[in-house]
Amino acid sequence: MGLEKALGDALMLTRLDDAINWCRKNSLFPMPMGISCCAIEMMAFAGPRFDASRFGSEVFRFSPRQADVMIVAGTTTYKMARVVRKIYDQMPDPKWVIAMGACTSSGGMYRTYSVVQGIDLFLPVDIYVAGCPPRPDNLLNALIHLQKKVQRGESRGSSTSIIGDLPRREPALMQTAV
Amino acid sequence: MDHPLQEKEASRKSRILQALEDQNTAVSFDDPLESDLVLNMGPQHPATHGVLRLLIRLDGETVIGCVPEVGYLHRGYEKLAEASSYHEFIPHTDRLDYLSPLSNNVAYVLAVEKLLGIEAPPRAQYIRTIVSELARISSHLLWLGSMAMDVGALTVFMWSFREREKLYDVFELLVGARFTTSYTRIGGLAHDMTDEARDAVRAFITEFPAKLLECEKLLNKNRIFVERTDGIGVIERDVAIDLGLTGPNLRACGVQHDLRRANPYLVYEQLDFEVPVYEGGDSLARYYVRMDEMKQSQKMVVQLLEKIPQGEIHTQAPKKVLPRKERIYTKMEELIHDFMLINFGVDPPPGEVYHAVEAPKGELGFYFYSNGEGHPWRMKIRSPSFVNLQSLPVMLLGNMVSDVVAIIGSLDPVMGEADK
Amino acid sequence: MNDTVLQKLQSTFGNAVIESGEFRGELTVVIAKDRIVDVCRFLKEDPGLRYDLLADLCGLDMYTPVKRFGIVYNLYSLQNKHRIRLKTFVDEEDPHVASVTTVWGTANWHERETYDMFGIVFDGHPDLRRIYMPDEFDFHPLRKDFPLMGIPGSIPLPKK
Repeated sequence: MGLEKALGDALMLTRLDDAINWCRKNSLFPMPMGISCCAIEMMAFAGPRFDASRFGSEVFRFSPRQADVMIVAGTTTYKMARVVRKIYDQMPDPKWVIAMGACTSSGGMYRTYSVVQGIDLFLPVDIYVAGCPPRPDNLLNALIHLQKKVQRGESRGSSTSIIGDLPRREPALMQTAV
Repeated sequence: MDHPLQEKEASRKSRILQALEDQNTAVSFDDPLESDLVLNMGPQHPATHGVLRLLIRLDGETVIGCVPEVGYLHRGYEKLAEASSYHEFIPHTDRLDYLSPLSNNVAYVLAVEKLLGIEAPPRAQYIRTIVSELARISSHLLWLGSMAMDVGALTVFMWSFREREKLYDVFELLVGARFTTSYTRIGGLAHDMTDEARDAVRAFITEFPAKLLECEKLLNKNRIFVERTDGIGVIERDVAIDLGLTGPNLRACGVQHDLRRANPYLVYEQLDFEVPVYEGGDSLARYYVRMDEMKQSQKMVVQLLEKIPQGEIHTQAPKKVLPRKERIYTKMEELIHDFMLINFGVDPPPGEVYHAVEAPKGELGFYFYSNGEGHPWRMKIRSPSFVNLQSLPVMLLGNMVSDVVAIIGSLDPVMGEADK
Repeated sequence: MNDTVLQKLQSTFGNAVIESGEFRGELTVVIAKDRIVDVCRFLKEDPGLRYDLLADLCGLDMYTPVKRFGIVYNLYSLQNKHRIRLKTFVDEEDPHVASVTTVWGTANWHERETYDMFGIVFDGHPDLRRIYMPDEFDFHPLRKDFPLMGIPGSIPLPKK
């Protein structure tokens, strides 16, 4: 644009949505819902080797009211599903969910009477991470994909449309548990 | 009520609170307000080491009663074992005590081999002992990191995770996977230890004492750490035995009980090591026991690396042990045996066995009832964390609510094992 | 050691010891249902035997029309470093057996788990509630007639 050329390198012009989304994506504070074995790999993801804070996730906020993204790590049983849903409902908009591992994506290796076959039966999920457990690099990859999603302004879980006029996608029809 | 089962929700709440209120309180204070508070340290909590729910009855800040609620991670392992063959269950054992998956693999395979009446060759026994002790170091390192983090020392958490990452690299070279290993097989191991893996183990174990000393220097004489753990969470010796406490928790009460010495398995009889026992039964004693255990494990691995014999790693029991892959594709007999083993399972004799090992958390036991089929008729996992958690109400009594986190950290429960 | 224990049990309790067997070096003794607490107390307090650690207590579904459920007690003696196993059997119509929480405090949670998984009721237990499944769950999962995948609709799931 002509204005940018006139004013030189010190100024950048962009849409307000893009600027806000850029700020959001670079400061995603996760809320770790660490339930079982994937929680150990998530702790390694926050640890010194695969450092998550260099991508903006500086602190792991254990209070849902202060978090943006909930990483569900571990097998979700029916007894725990109530608790996970309650905590998800307490998170403020905009919010995202990463389903870490095979157990949260589809029940994993546990096709039994007490395990929910995938958390997308009661939570809207944005990113699924494969692995049992996924390597921390894999989870970092998921975080970067989520950052790209945030930049585009998409969120499956938020009830108000966040800044940007992209439509909220309806989750696909899933089969019931058993 | 839109769901008939929700009607029971109200009665469910009062039943568990009734259990809490029915407990006899051991301490009483004359409080002019005469009010108790029931605090719910819910399943999602940064410091409960997994999904453990504690209902604590408080008088001011002092704990006068506690009811733990488990079952938020009940995945149905025992029913799953009845539906899968003995070989198929090995990956599931990784996820029991997920801080030391290799020691669960070894424990399960030892119990099945006892049922079948076979024994692995010496080289396999030595390698199994090496990985059991490395798993013990890995589990205790994570305990150290999380207990220090709960008490407030975040640096120790970062340092112990750095050491654990080095250990994960060693596991990758030795076993093939960082975390969920499934290394042992019935009658031997999945594959042999290469020279590169052996050198990696040796390199790790040579520099490990110096790193452990760094963490100790931060904690041992640290006044804050000592005041937060000394005299906190005391359990008496007789109460501990009565409640079935095992492992480092029992040895911190002054009981000389270690299954590696009492009922030796693998090659522990030929090793020279001490079993650390401390008096006191408080959190500081449990801390010292585990730190000393790490040092003893390091000594054991050094001895094992020197003494390990050459040889094969599978027994010759064709109808029970999976044959080698290269022979399956070329020889007829091995093909048939492999087919029968994979489809119909090993054929154990009818009978029952119980075999227990000294896992990092305590006594991990497997009870099998077999009626001659390829899958167990009944398998029970005696998980140490399930029994250790039973003693938590006794340990919490009389302490402040801010000590609860330090006590759970020193008890070191793992919910994957407690909830099976 | 196995023979000494068996001899002591038979001489003290006579016909309460129904049968005994040895497999892979482990002694298993089947006890009549009504004398189980006395046998356990004797094994714990006898100065030569001292089985003071109850390692494990579990249920067993034999799926036979009579004497369907078994309860298995794995005992360990810290002094003699010896293990022994006791078993009793109950019928499906009357799955009641006396609780051993008065002998070993650790039996508390083990018996709750057996009640939850099999439906065996322990008389005299201080707090018999479900431990793994939610309180409102109506079935007993480890029975042989309960399917692995569960019964649809038995536990509610939160709405999406």
